[in-house]
Amino acid sequence: MSALLEISHLDVHFATPDGDVHALKDASLTINEAECLGVVGESGSGKSQLFLAAFGLLAGNGRATGSVRYRGEEILGAPARRLNALRGGAVTMIFQDPLTSLTPHMRIGEQIIEALTHHQKISRDDAVKRAREMLDYVRIPESARRLRQYPHELSGGMRQRVMIAMATITGPDLIIADEPTTALDVTVQAQILEILRALKTDKKTAIAMVSHDMGVIAGLADRVQVMRHGAIVETGTADEIFYAPRHAYTRMLLDALPKADEVPAPATEVGAPLLTVEDVKVSFPVKDKGLFGKTRTLRAVDGISFTLHQGETLGIVGESGCGKSTLARAVLQLLPKTGGRVVWLGRDLDAATQSDIRKLRKDFQIVFQDPLASLDPRMPIGVSIAEPLKTLEPGRAGKDKVRAIMQRVGLDPAWINRYPHELSGGQNQRVGLARAMIVGPQMLVCDEAVSALDVSIQAQIVALIRDLQAETRLSLMFISHDLSVVRRLSHRVMVLYLGRIVELAPSAALYADPRHPYTRALLSAVLSPDPRAERARKRELLTGDLPSPLDPRAQLTFLKSRLGEPDYRPRLIEVAPQHFVAEHDEAAAAASRS
Amino acid sequence: MSATGQTLKAAVELKGRSLWVDARARLLRNRAAVTGIVILAAITALALLAPLLSSYAYDEVNYDIITCAPGWWPWHAACTAPGHLFGTDAVGRDLFVRVLYGARVSLAVGLVATLVSLLIGVLYGATAGYLGGRIDGLMMRIVDVLYSLPFVFFVIILMVVFDRNFFLLFIAIGAVEWLTMARIVRGQTLSLKHKEFIEAARAGGVSPFAIITRHIVPNVVGPVMVYVTLTVPGVILTESFLSFLGLGIQEPLTSWGVLISDGADQMETAPWMLLFPALFMAVTLFCFNFIGDGLRDALDPKDR
Amino acid sequence: MIGFALRRFLGAIPTLFVIVTLAFFMMRAAPGGPFDGERKLPPEVERNIKAAYNLDKPLGEQYLIYLGKVAQGDLGPSYKNKDFTVVRLIATGLPVSARLGLCAMALALLLGTLLGVMAALKQNHWEDYSVMGIAMLGITIPTFVTAPILTLLFGIYLGWLPVGGWSGGALPNMVLPVTVLALPQIAIVARMMRGSMVEVLRANYIRTARAKGLPATRIVLAHALRAAALPLVSYLGPALAAILTGSLVVENIFGLPGIGRYFIQGALNRDYTLVMGVVICYATLIILLNFLADIAYGILDPRVRLS
Repeated sequence: MSALLEISHLDVHFATPDGDVHALKDASLTINEAECLGVVGESGSGKSQLFLAAFGLLAGNGRATGSVRYRGEEILGAPARRLNALRGGAVTMIFQDPLTSLTPHMRIGEQIIEALTHHQKISRDDAVKRAREMLDYVRIPESARRLRQYPHELSGGMRQRVMIAMATITGPDLIIADEPTTALDVTVQAQILEILRALKTDKKTAIAMVSHDMGVIAGLADRVQVMRHGAIVETGTADEIFYAPRHAYTRMLLDALPKADEVPAPATEVGAPLLTVEDVKVSFPVKDKGLFGKTRTLRAVDGISFTLHQGETLGIVGESGCGKSTLARAVLQLLPKTGGRVVWLGRDLDAATQSDIRKLRKDFQIVFQDPLASLDPRMPIGVSIAEPLKTLEPGRAGKDKVRAIMQRVGLDPAWINRYPHELSGGQNQRVGLARAMIVGPQMLVCDEAVSALDVSIQAQIVALIRDLQAETRLSLMFISHDLSVVRRLSHRVMVLYLGRIVELAPSAALYADPRHPYTRALLSAVLSPDPRAERARKRELLTGDLPSPLDPRAQLTFLKSRLGEPDYRPRLIEVAPQHFVAEHDEAAAAASRS
Repeated sequence: MSATGQTLKAAVELKGRSLWVDARARLLRNRAAVTGIVILAAITALALLAPLLSSYAYDEVNYDIITCAPGWWPWHAACTAPGHLFGTDAVGRDLFVRVLYGARVSLAVGLVATLVSLLIGVLYGATAGYLGGRIDGLMMRIVDVLYSLPFVFFVIILMVVFDRNFFLLFIAIGAVEWLTMARIVRGQTLSLKHKEFIEAARAGGVSPFAIITRHIVPNVVGPVMVYVTLTVPGVILTESFLSFLGLGIQEPLTSWGVLISDGADQMETAPWMLLFPALFMAVTLFCFNFIGDGLRDALDPKDR
Repeated sequence: MIGFALRRFLGAIPTLFVIVTLAFFMMRAAPGGPFDGERKLPPEVERNIKAAYNLDKPLGEQYLIYLGKVAQGDLGPSYKNKDFTVVRLIATGLPVSARLGLCAMALALLLGTLLGVMAALKQNHWEDYSVMGIAMLGITIPTFVTAPILTLLFGIYLGWLPVGGWSGGALPNMVLPVTVLALPQIAIVARMMRGSMVEVLRANYIRTARAKGLPATRIVLAHALRAAALPLVSYLGPALAAILTGSLVVENIFGLPGIGRYFIQGALNRDYTLVMGVVICYATLIILLNFLADIAYGILDPRVRLS
């Protein structure tokens, strides 16, 4: 095997108003022909800057030194003409966020063809033909029509396929994929990874796979480099890195990931019922575009019932648009419901007045997804933490209580006057937890509370939540798209699909014996940091994207036999004690969603 | 913005850097903005101290020195008037003191009219943004309608109608400028309303009023401040424009617009009459714009 | 598309109604009337004139009569320019003002965009600083200062251009007024364009375009420019208002027979119908341009494209 790309002693500095930032320190790596190199690291590790710097794509204030050789030719600091001939032709890139990475006002056909016509002598008709072939290759149906569409008319997964088509059409030797699946749902992520795998085996394209997710790397990479704080800390074959890590940081990354076989028991015993949710519905009017666009109803939550017991953790899982966050807000009375009842300790919350509900808020609190956005940027964290206490129990508010709770969630009480922008994401999430816990709630809703954090931090926050739960017999509604995180905390797990429950079961039963085809697809899409298992694994993939929740028949995707009755809603059937599954056609289990 | 009433124990607590402290540091690093602040302060001081700085009164007519250049004027002039730093005007009044009195009027119009627009705009915008829904739709529709009115023409009509009432000038210009302010405040409020920290406050039982005063207002202040600094020069320009058309302030009081208008008429024979008021006004507007740009960069740094 | 135009047309009616109403009552609140000349008219003559113009009727009735006429496109007779209807006066003045305004607008958009893009591409280099410095000058120096200075320089000292007059819109007569009118707008457009271009150039899709190996010109023209021009489109309405305002001064200084001059004259002379006619005319222009701007917005950004 010969080296395709050789980076040696690459350093990147950024000149910022707050001083020089040394983003990449003495990084060296090699990528061989037809090989997949995984580059793993947490946020701020410099993994993305590495390849941007190598191909002259740094932001204006960045400066790169060292050496980058492509097929033996030095390209670092090469003239723009030379780099332009290389970029997009022999070396192409796929970026993280497919919505912002495509030019919004250009048809996708134009964007795909443009890559081709600038690098090869080709007639426009031939270019269009090639573009259609590429869309077929990345499994986008109706390619002719798609070419005339704009990026915003496509779903996230579809856009990422377009990015891949664009990056593949010139027949590159090397594709740099920078977090290509991070913004996508798990089932879509599995589809995209499948396409990348095919590129590697069919077209013998070398891939540099940059990701924070060990699972994404595991199934694809031949060799892996681990990065931290701008430096490469470990390099090895995939098997070496995953089964015999040498560097402490690599071990820590791997340990932070949940293992399939060792699932810790939930932290608490389950007690009496606390919260009963009966047939809750939330819908929003959605206006079609255009002048006389009719208003349609988006049923975000379409009839959900469950009971939460004291000390219990109910995991709520689903992909984007399944209504999990809307459900949480409706239960917490932060959004108006369109139907159903929420009963808290025997008291119907719909009958309560606004001021009663404000008083009751002491009992149920929430932690949000984005730690920074959930804190007022102009308030010191101590004031933010004290705020619920001040409003809910005036008189009991005191700095000592704030300090105590800060200590409890692992924050230095001396930071009481610090501001959110001075803290890291994990620290801010601890502030969010402190704010929720200071009033001593009985129930805590965690709405994707760890999703925005690096894996190592994620593990710490999950552990903290477990501890707090064990101490206070807290009930949890733990909402996440990440099935493995949910597994570590939950007594029971509820799977949502387009605003309805498709499966609700004790955690062990759900993971061991998923009955609904959608649950099975979700579980099958979960990646494990185990290269051998990943390579060997046969996936149960759903094809196509999630149907639009505005389509009334979408509910019957898994019950096609009832498509004649569009208002029919699949019923929940108890297939084993406490194990509920929505009606579905057995035949649909292996079938598609399209 | 930091918590008050700190105990002795708090002395060992780390001092946080609030966004305001950060912004101030960035502003002070911006040389153009700092220069702007210094010059503007100097001009304001000159305007306030005008009566003490010159031995001539602003309306003191002297027919012996009509349209005379300052003593140091290096180019040709029909006559010179030593002792008059900026020369004299067509009725022999001291131009230096008149420019400073003009500064008083122009700055006062700028500030008062901006405050009027601030008051209306913030109240209107915050209400629309916070209430949302149909009320918001209606209120913004009204703003849209008003936006398509050629407003300066209404100000002109107003000035004619009320016979160049000085006080009314403030109100009229302020009433023109509030529209943009209302839009900015409403946009900010609307986007803040959906931020998670507002939802967190609601989940923490905080009342709507407290949410507005404690969370929304402090977060809207920044963009509003930027717009205020950029509105002042706009207002000064509008006033000078009206004065130029002969619809502004009345003699013997004066403003930069009036002085520039007079100067433009005599530009060929007495260029100093145009030069000094125009210079003062341009420098002032420059300063405001630099400060506004600096504030915007300081409050909303893109590289963060 | 047709539906959209129809809706905007209907939406313009309340706007115009508000304008007419405001203008009408404000003018009438003014002390003095159109016929309070230096020479006191005999009461009988005055009564006759007032009756001829319906000025003897109650204000509310006058208002209704006026509304009815406006709806039929009749803006009434000018009180001061005898024998001329307001429509006639506007018809003679508007072509001059429109030509002036359109030229200034075109110049501002072209030159401003060019300078702004250049500054953005050379961000924080001397090109950027000098363009932005000049733009700041353009914003801070008012029209009525640039007009005499440029006249002095090019008209009197150098003698290259006429200092005033219209001459049927001959090119040399147009140069100075159009330049003076356009200068502040060039400055504003350049600043705006620079700001949005700098932002767009930071966007992810520009990184994608660069990663595709496209040459810089293609990236700017095909990928960046359209998105960067969006704020400019929203500025078209205010820009027209500013140019119309500026034309009051410019027509005055250069002695051009546009409608701006009628407006000032009319306001000072209490020529109610003339003033309101000009206001209605201007408002219609602004509404029309806002409508065109909305359509342009849809063309530039497919996400808001009208169905």
